[in-house]
Amino acid sequence: MAKVPVQFTLNGSEKAEFVDSGTTLLHALRDKIGDTSPKGGCHQGSCGACSVIIDGELRLSCLTLAETCDGAVISTTSGLSDSGVLHPLQRAFLDTFATQCGFCTPGMIMAAKVLLDHTPNPSRDEVVEALSGNICRCTGYEPIIQAVLTVARSNSQNAA
Amino acid sequence: MALALQTFATVKDANAALKAAGTRYLGGGTLVVRAANEGDVSVSGLIRSTEPSLSTIAVAGGKVRIGASVTMAAIARHPDLGTLAKTARAVGGPAIRNMATVGGNLFAPAPYGDFAVALLALDATVSTDDGETPIETFLAKRDGSRAIVTSVGFTLPPQGGFRFLKVSRVKPKGVSVLSIATVLQQAPDGTVSSARIALGCMADRPVRASAAEKALLGRMLTADGIAPALAAASDGTSPITDPIASAWYRNEVLPVHLGRLLLA
Repeated sequence: MAKVPVQFTLNGSEKAEFVDSGTTLLHALRDKIGDTSPKGGCHQGSCGACSVIIDGELRLSCLTLAETCDGAVISTTSGLSDSGVLHPLQRAFLDTFATQCGFCTPGMIMAAKVLLDHTPNPSRDEVVEALSGNICRCTGYEPIIQAVLTVARSNSQNAA
Repeated sequence: MALALQTFATVKDANAALKAAGTRYLGGGTLVVRAANEGDVSVSGLIRSTEPSLSTIAVAGGKVRIGASVTMAAIARHPDLGTLAKTARAVGGPAIRNMATVGGNLFAPAPYGDFAVALLALDATVSTDDGETPIETFLAKRDGSRAIVTSVGFTLPPQGGFRFLKVSRVKPKGVSVLSIATVLQQAPDGTVSSARIALGCMADRPVRASAAEKALLGRMLTADGIAPALAAASDGTSPITDPIASAWYRNEVLPVHLGRLLLA
């Protein structure tokens, strides 16, 4: 099958790859580019483990074809830390024990990041809604919600 | 996955390419890529069109036209489509809503396709390059449809005339046990003068509750007034059985939820 060229910006860096037509973005990121932070869970759009941010919107990389992302700006969890300093969401997930097996964590963090990018001080209901497409089988969700609210409160205090 | 994606600037060219065996139209990917990931070998090629009209929403004079590639998220945030915001937000989680399209929802098998339930209640028309088709006809024949859906159109109901309810076990978001959409008009004396009731999960695709609609005519929206409609709610339905609920359960709870929606 003919390869198709794909170029996009991933976590601030220009990436260019040749992929098989029909390759999912998840496959391209993990197996071609080497960013293994998005996880392949259900491949059905049900679990949210593969969530990434494409042009400012949360998307499921398992259901997105890589060639439809040509020219896009993509963010994944692996691009969040800055020179070894964790992003506030990553720090909060650790501090509130919101991570157990860790498989859902990258998707949860990207879903939370989109929320906080648009709504820096969300209500608890808004946090629950924002995470409603992401499944966690370990934590019971409460520590994850608390992690996001912790960052939100910090945002609020910094803005005051 | 070995799928070849072909992208066309116009719907006309995409329609021509879609005549090839094994091809499917790619909207948001939540149905067709999911099918391919699941191992559906009937899909060998994907076709899509980037024609701008597919992604536009036009609201004028109470008439609405939504391009087939418009996402649930775009509908939910559109200032003139507040009537449908709740329905659009009932579809999936945030990521799914950023991807799932109006056109795709018309083809979503139960227990999915909640937005199509609303469109059926709204008496929408479905447009392709071949012309417009009433949604009820379109849904009945959708399995054989090969022409790309370009848009859906409908008239906005008066304030409060449209009601929607999605019943799911998982909160805040879960797959439908069933969904119900109604468009009701009432005479000055409060009796129902016209009714359209659409049901999701009560067949393999959205269907109307025709017997309940007839039973509502001339009745008040009170517990006594709606009782005949609730008794007829399941007439002619053929609910799905899936891991969410059995057909028996769906039939049992339909009158309860329809009653709550009508009395809300």
